[in-house]
Amino acid sequence: MRKHRAWCARRACGWFSLAQCCRSVCCQPFAGILPASQYQALVYCILIEFSYLTRSIEQSDSAPMLGLFKSPSNDTSTSWFARLKTGLKNTGSRLGSLLVARKIDEALFEELESALLAADTGVAASAELLRKLRDRASRKKLVAAQELKAELHELLVEALAPLQTTMEFHGARPFVIMLAGVNGAGKTTSIGKIAHLIQAQGLSVMLAAGDTFRAAAREQLAAWGERNRVSVISQPGADAASVIFDAVQSARSKNIDVVIADTAGRLHTQSHLMEELKKIKRVIAKADPLAPHAIWLVLDANTGQNALSQFKAFNDALGLTGLILTKLDGTAKGGVLTAIAQAQAGAPQKQASISGGRAANAVVPVVFIGVGETMEDLRPFNANEFVSALLDQD
Amino acid sequence: MLESLTQRLSKVVKTLRGEARLTESNIQDALREVRVALLEADVALPVVRDFIARVKELAVGEEVLGSLNPGQALVGVVHRELTVLMGGGEAALDLAVVPPAVILMAGLQGSGKTTSSGKIARRLVADQGKKVLLVSCDVYRPAAIEQLRLVAEQAGADFFPSAPEQKPLDIARAALEFARTHYHQVLIVDTAGRLAIDAAMMEEIRQLHAALNPAETLFVVDAMQGQDAVNVARVFSEALPLTGVVLTKLDGDSRGGAALSVRQVTGQPIKFVGVSEKLDGLETFHPDRMSARILGMGDVLSLVEEARKAVDVDEAKKLADKFKKGKGFDLEDFKQQILQMKKMGGVSALMDKLPAQMAQAAQGAQVDEGQLRRTEGIINSMTMHERAKPEVLKASRKRRIAAGAGVSVQEVNRLLNQFEQMQKMMKMMQKGGMAKMMRSMKGMLPRAF
Ligand SMILES: Nc1nc2c(ncn2[C@@H]2O[C@H](COP(=O)(O)OP(=O)(O)OP(=O)(O)O)[C@@H](O)[C@H]2O)c(=O)[nH]1
Ligand SMILES: Nc1nc2c(ncn2[C@@H]2O[C@H](COP(=O)(O)OP(=O)(O)OP(=O)(O)O)[C@@H](O)[C@H]2O)c(=O)[nH]1
Ligand SMILES: [Mg+2]
Ligand SMILES: [Mg+2]
Repeated sequence: MRKHRAWCARRACGWFSLAQCCRSVCCQPFAGILPASQYQALVYCILIEFSYLTRSIEQSDSAPMLGLFKSPSNDTSTSWFARLKTGLKNTGSRLGSLLVARKIDEALFEELESALLAADTGVAASAELLRKLRDRASRKKLVAAQELKAELHELLVEALAPLQTTMEFHGARPFVIMLAGVNGAGKTTSIGKIAHLIQAQGLSVMLAAGDTFRAAAREQLAAWGERNRVSVISQPGADAASVIFDAVQSARSKNIDVVIADTAGRLHTQSHLMEELKKIKRVIAKADPLAPHAIWLVLDANTGQNALSQFKAFNDALGLTGLILTKLDGTAKGGVLTAIAQAQAGAPQKQASISGGRAANAVVPVVFIGVGETMEDLRPFNANEFVSALLDQD
Repeated sequence: MLESLTQRLSKVVKTLRGEARLTESNIQDALREVRVALLEADVALPVVRDFIARVKELAVGEEVLGSLNPGQALVGVVHRELTVLMGGGEAALDLAVVPPAVILMAGLQGSGKTTSSGKIARRLVADQGKKVLLVSCDVYRPAAIEQLRLVAEQAGADFFPSAPEQKPLDIARAALEFARTHYHQVLIVDTAGRLAIDAAMMEEIRQLHAALNPAETLFVVDAMQGQDAVNVARVFSEALPLTGVVLTKLDGDSRGGAALSVRQVTGQPIKFVGVSEKLDGLETFHPDRMSARILGMGDVLSLVEEARKAVDVDEAKKLADKFKKGKGFDLEDFKQQILQMKKMGGVSALMDKLPAQMAQAAQGAQVDEGQLRRTEGIINSMTMHERAKPEVLKASRKRRIAAGAGVSVQEVNRLLNQFEQMQKMMKMMQKGGMAKMMRSMKGMLPRAF
């Protein structure tokens, strides 16, 4: 028994399932063995587990034991997300060099797949791309490796083109933009860049310091405000929603064209923080029923397959109208976007127009990409250019 | 959610069962699943290749031993080897030099250098009573210095002011001199985020390293990073003699395959993991847990540890005593459980840490934190007496409670029913221990487990 205790502690027994572990005889008098708090944690596990079990037995919609779990709604999001389980990213220089003066053979396909994988394409998306590529290669009777590369380029552009969009900030005044994303993705910096771009279009801008959590987040946004010579609304001690609400009101009274609201970085798994985001959105709508007119998720191009979870979670919580892909000036190529595009391909192919209200099921396009740390380092997203960079073509 | 290796292998294991020995071809099948799982966890492709080759070799070795279940043997090899690859043991900071011991932080933009600097400082100050000085050489990012100043304050460490007009190298030298003359035991130097391909910035940090001669040079990497981690880590480790890695943002749902890539490329141990934005969110790295996480085995141990921290130990003891003595588990206790659960980040946070099979069982189920809040509200509307003796709750009291909590009487009834069920479970647990409870649960369930 003592032996198993040590085992459990090291999790050498795997703990593939707590039930499995605890069924083994040696765990029997668990309560006596574990310190109280650990015991309690285990009780949680069991309670949680038990609530599933009861749910699956009852098969009725009466609440499970703890009432913690809604029965799975038979919405389509599961199957939609199953398709989301793909990924694409960074098709590095390897691809370029692979394809010089070569004939198409099986090894080439395999190398291509490896290159796609090494570029964060994700297993499923790589396989899908390769399947299509093989298909076309045989249908078009391609022979040269170079032709295959052109074909792959085309495939990728086809996948990404629906994400291309042109930004307009008309339709409302103030036009309210809200940014969200995981920690350190580049939200605050992007706001500095967007403010610059909007001013260059002759529009006036106001910033709202909605990150009331991170150390010096306000000061950071204030610095961007100074650089752009635009005012920044911030209130030490106030909560995010009210700061942004005040900013919208103030912008309205001052006839400002665009308000950009910063929010604190948060991991999409932190449900209370996701709730806070929803609240922010609701409160903004009190200032203007159509606001926020744009809700953009900031994604770091360095992110691997987790970007898909981020996209799904933030989209579910907020109903995104756009994406910003940052840090594309690094070695990460951000091919994860292809997976996000694929995930959305099931939705009606409707070019999302950003201005004014937003249609349900519209594709969430990439409104900007970030290519550096200065004010000017913001670009529109161009699928063809993006794929060229991805495949390392000039 | 991505399919976990546990899920994947369970398929493979099925196909392996009934075969006395592992053959080249059915190892191949299983290994393909391992490969896919690792790639989906963001482990870099070259690292995956090495790993597969290694496991293959070892698995064939197991065959000679003729283990009971070939599938189990393979899972065992995979987990064990991954753990070995992740570092084999825990690694602490090595600050045994003539003070001040310098810790230099390096990494990509937004990876968590500044926050981790504060976390490490806090740990050294609070746990070891060290005199720590923090300095920022980030003269580029707006308010980066101010951020570190605030973080230093929270950490209870001293702060050496710097300004954007200064040169990073000058700042570093001045801070080192200050630390020397003021008898600081540790100097933590935060630096600006930089891209591996930014030659000028990489040269800058090389010079900082030369000037500071750090005892620890820590590479800070985001657990969500993808395949590029392998390239970035290579460039940083070529530019700097790294001594360790800090893996941040592990509190999310990323599988953290970057950990493996970075560990492999730098050859340096992961010394800390970041598990929250707050300064107490720093933990020692456990290779076995990390490998379980990458494989999707859940992280029950972390859960237990977190529970230990978040839970009021006295409260928990009282509760455990109640169980043991067989004294009733009442609604007040239930409320306490809910509160404790909240402290640990809510149900969804716990869910993330459950092992694969449980998480699988939960798939599609939505966590309803609102329900939890309502439950709490209902209990709050009861008197202490009612909480201890729910049987006194008759129609009029129920109506009062429902009104107080802003719910319907049915909801109050439902809670009471659930609670009764739970009490039965608790009783079962007292009598026969968990094993019995689990067995009875198993009996209630047709297939799973
Ligand atoms: N190279 C590069 N760096 C970027 C880019 N965008 C942002 N950064 C850097 O990434 C780091 C994080 O950016 P922030 O704007 O602070 O990110 P954030 O999302 O606001 O972070 P939190 O508020 O802490 O969650 C900073 O060092 C930025 O300078 C980009 O496009 N390229
Ligand atoms: N959830 C979570 N957030 C973290 C963790 N570590 C850091 N963060 C957050 O990540 C964001 C970036 O952290 P910083 O410490 O500013 O990162 P940095 O590397 O100093 O960034 P730059 O100086 O801009 O390059 C902030 O919002 C932090 O609060 C962690 O372990 N978990
Ligand atoms: Mg920010
Ligand atoms: Mg920093």
